Amino acid sequence: MEAWEGFVGETWKNEINVRDFIQNNYTPYDGDGSFLAEATDRTKELMGKLSHLFDLEQQFGGVLDIDTQHVTSLLNYKPGYLDKDKELIVGLQTDRPLRRGVNPFGGINMTRKACQAYGYELSEKVEEEFLYRTTHNDGVFRVYSDEIRKARHVGIITGLPDAYGRGRIIGDYRRVALYGVDRLIEEKTKDKAELAASQPMDAETIRRLEELYQQINFLGKLKDMALLYGIDISKPATNSREAIQWLYFGYLGAIKEQNGAAMSLGRTSTFLDIYFERDLKNGVYTESELQELLDDFVMKLRMARHLRTPEYNELFAGDPMWITESVGGMGEDGRTLVTKNSFRILNTLYTLGPSAEPNLTVLWSKDLPQNFKNFAAKVSCDTDAIQYENDDLMRPIYGDDYGIACCVSAMRLGKDMQFFGDRANLAKLLLMSLNGGRDERYNMQVGPEMPVYEDEYLDYDKVCERMAFYRDWLAKTYVTAMNMIHYMHDKYAYEKTQMALHDTNVHRYMAFGVAGLSVLADSLSAIKYAKVKPIRDPETGLIKDFETTGEFPCYGNDDDRVDLLAKEQTELFLAALKKTPTYRNAEHTLSILTITSNVMYGKKTGNTPDGRRAGEPFAPGANPMHGRDKSGALASLNSVAKLSYQTCKDGISNTFSIIPQALGHTENERCSNLIHILDGYFAQKAHHLNVNVLNRETLIDAMNHPEKYPTLTIRVSGYAVTFNKLTLEQKKEVISRTFHEAV
Amino acid sequence: MSDSVIKGRIHSFQSLGAVDGPGLRFVIFLQGCPLRCMYCHNPDTWNRSGGTEYTVDEVVAKVLRYRTYFGEDGGVTVSGGEALLQAPFVTELFRRLKAEGIHTCLDTSGLTHAGSGDSADGDEAILTALLCVTDLVICDIKFTYEEDYLAHTLGSLASVLYFLSLTQAASVPLWVRHVVVPGHTDSKEEVRAMVTLAMQYRNLRRIELLPFRKLCITKYESLRIPFPCADIPECPEAAIRELQNIIPETLR
Repeated sequence: MEAWEGFVGETWKNEINVRDFIQNNYTPYDGDGSFLAEATDRTKELMGKLSHLFDLEQQFGGVLDIDTQHVTSLLNYKPGYLDKDKELIVGLQTDRPLRRGVNPFGGINMTRKACQAYGYELSEKVEEEFLYRTTHNDGVFRVYSDEIRKARHVGIITGLPDAYGRGRIIGDYRRVALYGVDRLIEEKTKDKAELAASQPMDAETIRRLEELYQQINFLGKLKDMALLYGIDISKPATNSREAIQWLYFGYLGAIKEQNGAAMSLGRTSTFLDIYFERDLKNGVYTESELQELLDDFVMKLRMARHLRTPEYNELFAGDPMWITESVGGMGEDGRTLVTKNSFRILNTLYTLGPSAEPNLTVLWSKDLPQNFKNFAAKVSCDTDAIQYENDDLMRPIYGDDYGIACCVSAMRLGKDMQFFGDRANLAKLLLMSLNGGRDERYNMQVGPEMPVYEDEYLDYDKVCERMAFYRDWLAKTYVTAMNMIHYMHDKYAYEKTQMALHDTNVHRYMAFGVAGLSVLADSLSAIKYAKVKPIRDPETGLIKDFETTGEFPCYGNDDDRVDLLAKEQTELFLAALKKTPTYRNAEHTLSILTITSNVMYGKKTGNTPDGRRAGEPFAPGANPMHGRDKSGALASLNSVAKLSYQTCKDGISNTFSIIPQALGHTENERCSNLIHILDGYFAQKAHHLNVNVLNRETLIDAMNHPEKYPTLTIRVSGYAVTFNKLTLEQKKEVISRTFHEAV
Repeated sequence: MSDSVIKGRIHSFQSLGAVDGPGLRFVIFLQGCPLRCMYCHNPDTWNRSGGTEYTVDEVVAKVLRYRTYFGEDGGVTVSGGEALLQAPFVTELFRRLKAEGIHTCLDTSGLTHAGSGDSADGDEAILTALLCVTDLVICDIKFTYEEDYLAHTLGSLASVLYFLSLTQAASVPLWVRHVVVPGHTDSKEEVRAMVTLAMQYRNLRRIELLPFRKLCITKYESLRIPFPCADIPECPEAAIRELQNIIPETLR
């Protein structure tokens, strides 16, 4: 076959096996970035046009335009272009750039409200159509208990994906390029026939049969979608341009169909490099042309949009899509998976300028080629646009063909999927335990009733005993809500395109999360090592505040006395979750990640014994509370590194901001020191680090003069945002975070 | 604990020092300083009876928590205060760190016996022992003329030069630092004189110019001590870049 000419290996030809194809054909690269090409005039012109549209979008309040007439899906819009004559890679979500489609499958209310928020009305046509349809949201609220509704309302469990797509599923989009859609349909048809012959024909088997029907159906639609652009993707891609185009169509189909919170890309750059190398060798493309192709692809990714409500943006600030692309890492055979294309994808931050999307994630290993470490560190210092995750920690669990979904969630590509669902507020769990199941803000009975804590001072053991009881209750409520959500999502908004790009037999995770870990750890530390006197509201009798006297160690100073409390709390919570079985026997996992919802969680939580005042934001993810990590940046990292990835397999997010002057005198020193920080942190089995190298003053100036910083990108909690897209409140919170600045 | 255990008076620890020696450094700020430099950044380290006492064991245990970050060139920097005031403690600490394979750096004014009344001879054995276990000395040459030195630091330049000669004799690599204070040490002549002075030492490897900053002003306020340089403007980066040209390229 022409498409596979020059490619070696057999296994990947006989079965769908992208990893085997990569291992047989890729070219590791340990050189430096001097081969990289700059942006071509064509790229600059197109990017100029796109930047103008981005500006307009901001001026229009964050949304450029909405198509309220059509429901988004693979075939519902005419083909759209940024510039039909100049584009090398084509395909838009709707018929015009940055015009957002409506996706009511997750919930019609959310769609209606989102349209209204930007001055639009959802069309009668769509309203009418959905009068006769059940959405995912309808399904969930048919079965939610009063208890779950109350837990959502007071914010002890928040951000459940019960009104939009669940996301965090990565289709293996590379399969479209390597095999062409016809072969994928053929394999799925075989799987379906095999399953149809199996016994017993129970509910799960029937469900899977219908899912396979839908997958095959949508693979057909994917081909038709490409044909709208005059491109036939039924056969394998034959060159670099086609490989990108095929792969992108796979991704485009997914984001036309689904509006999940995170629509990640996977691990594509090293795969594509195989086509690039072949074309370079055969003189089909020059280096400059290859960079141009990749630039065009990345421009498309930067244009991906979903329509969200303002409440959603409060949770997930900055209009993120989490188009996470995992770059680099090592192979199981010891060869690096860094290729020239790992450099090229990072180089798009120079050719196209800094950007929050795609969410470039470097899989870090102590064994990465030094040249690549140097380049990544330089890109970090220059753009603040990349995050790092520990490949040496993840590879033993997931092998060497996994990708990161969203911020920190690792999955084997095409083999694992996850049922995602936000997080439980641990700081509130403590308060609710003290108040006998009543919420401190609403004075509402949410959990099982118990008298309010009675003693004059908080006793550590007694507090722990109460927490154990309420933790079990919270975990059970949380798992139950998740089971309902994912049952209904499978039923009413199943990811047909993405799951078609998975093996038929997938491993499922159910990814739970916690927020407020550092607040809880410091509060428990205060109770254990200082004296905490609860102060009661004379009217309600509820504990509303605390008087803390004496010193207590704070999380973030490499002090085991409190750091191990934080670690213990994650272990206890995971153990509590595991007591309740999950829908489809998914594996329970836990993350410590808050996106930007740490602001909103803080707002919903009363005074805590650590001295945090009611309404004050939590620290993001697994970060220590702002200003309490007083022993310098590395002590703060050491504290976070103590949390166990085995317990928090869905990821432990840490955001690290340092002023350039504190990282070294010269650019070279800064890069080299950043590499030492990453090596040192990850050697301790830490999981993730967002890196910002910038001054607080820059952010303050950007807050006051947004026009001066159109592309200022910062890492927040597992993803990057364009600073200007944050709300004022979120900007202030980011500015208040710890900037390591000791000189 | 027996009396023979040497304890150090420590002001604070900084787990990430990226500008106090090569690579990433765990920085230990010792308490107590004989100098009263006009632009001192750490007036809270002056008092010799302040700080917290630590044994060498305790400090080594802390340091070891950071060894994964040190890489090839990082390590520990002892700063102050004035580290030489507690030379026996630092010597014992460095000896232990060297045994662990950790790079040791001494950040000092080089003032060996100012105000103590001790003789230079008495210092020599102690200082040589310390330099034996020191991988790098960073010495801040504050002023290049004796009268300026005395007037603005209350110390003696001769003592600093004596210390530098010891580092040369012990062949310990030397970095020289110099704070550029507008109106005081920012003229080209001043910097040239400092460079000439520093270049007399064969073990010199690098000269760093540091801009005068006033971030310390809040420390003075909380200590209720007047800041002698309150009216001096901060040194702009551009001035530093300009003055850098005076330093031979191999020493920058």
